[in-house]
Amino acid sequence: MTDFLRSDVMLAFAVMTAVTVASRLGGYWLMGYVNVTPRVRRMLDALPGSIIVAAALPVAVNGGPVVIFAIFAAMAVTIIRRNDFIAVIVGMAVAAAARALGFGG
Amino acid sequence: MHNTHIPKAPAYWSRAAILPGIVAIGPMLPGTLAFGMAFGALCAQKNFSLAEVVVMMGTVYGGLSQFVAVQSWPDVLTPGTIATLALLTLTVNIRFMLMSATLRPWFGTLPAWQAYSSMLLVTDGGWLAAMRYRDRGGADAMFYIGGGIVLYLVWLVAAIPGFLLAEQLTDPKKYGVDLVMPAFYAAMLVPAWKGPRRAIPWVVSGVVALLVHWLVAGWWFIIAGALSGALSAGFMDEPEKSGAAA
Repeated sequence: MTDFLRSDVMLAFAVMTAVTVASRLGGYWLMGYVNVTPRVRRMLDALPGSIIVAAALPVAVNGGPVVIFAIFAAMAVTIIRRNDFIAVIVGMAVAAAARALGFGG
Repeated sequence: MHNTHIPKAPAYWSRAAILPGIVAIGPMLPGTLAFGMAFGALCAQKNFSLAEVVVMMGTVYGGLSQFVAVQSWPDVLTPGTIATLALLTLTVNIRFMLMSATLRPWFGTLPAWQAYSSMLLVTDGGWLAAMRYRDRGGADAMFYIGGGIVLYLVWLVAAIPGFLLAEQLTDPKKYGVDLVMPAFYAAMLVPAWKGPRRAIPWVVSGVVALLVHWLVAGWWFIIAGALSGALSAGFMDEPEKSGAAA
């Protein structure tokens, strides 16, 4: 059985937390020195979509056909119903069902 | 078509936006719970104590980075291996920097302590929901905080059932848990669609992310793709003028 709170583990968590908090605060802090010109505005406006694609596309390509198909299913549901909740459930259900049927990935 | 260049109201606080903010992140709650449970199960297999897992949920508070770190958790923690974990965490979580940057035009008029405390709640889902609200002209900071606090509390406890049920959850993929974030992302991308021109940065982001993913080990592809996409949007001309220089 492991100890309740190991001190070396706590130290590792503290370092990871410091890095993450610095990321969360750092962008806001840096933007205090940036003049929001129309160009910067366009860059900020493009960020949500860019982050989504950059984070999800390699994971999808890596995940194989089941993951890609499940993501398309989630997008199709969103286009039809505009309901994020149903989209997530459908994405999970499609992947779970495909794997239960023996499709890999 | 929505015009994003209309001046938007500065941030204010009112209770009226708490409930809408919670409703907006509602679709993420089951997925967050499932993701947290899968993480708890992973931690149980890696011999963390339940107390340690809860501490990590509440302090690091970055689901993907926690997963990546625990999956490659070293047998012995030394200054070297802790530095490796820190770098890994940075590559996964540096996207939060971009997210909090986009919140400055909205939160910038608030007192610094309020704005910086708010930034501690930046997550993928909470931020995306807040951006969508802002895009529609919303200015009530409570919308973001209300949803953010609920997400935090759900995440804080989500690992506990997973940790305790670890034997049943050894293969979270069986339940499609790995689709939680991609499916939510995909759902958020659809309403962000404002015509092919505005999607050019997405293509740039995707191509760069894939290339970096194939060429560079680790998780740099997120920040590389996101930054490239945003920069390409900055180099494009205003839609009124013809000829994009992307």
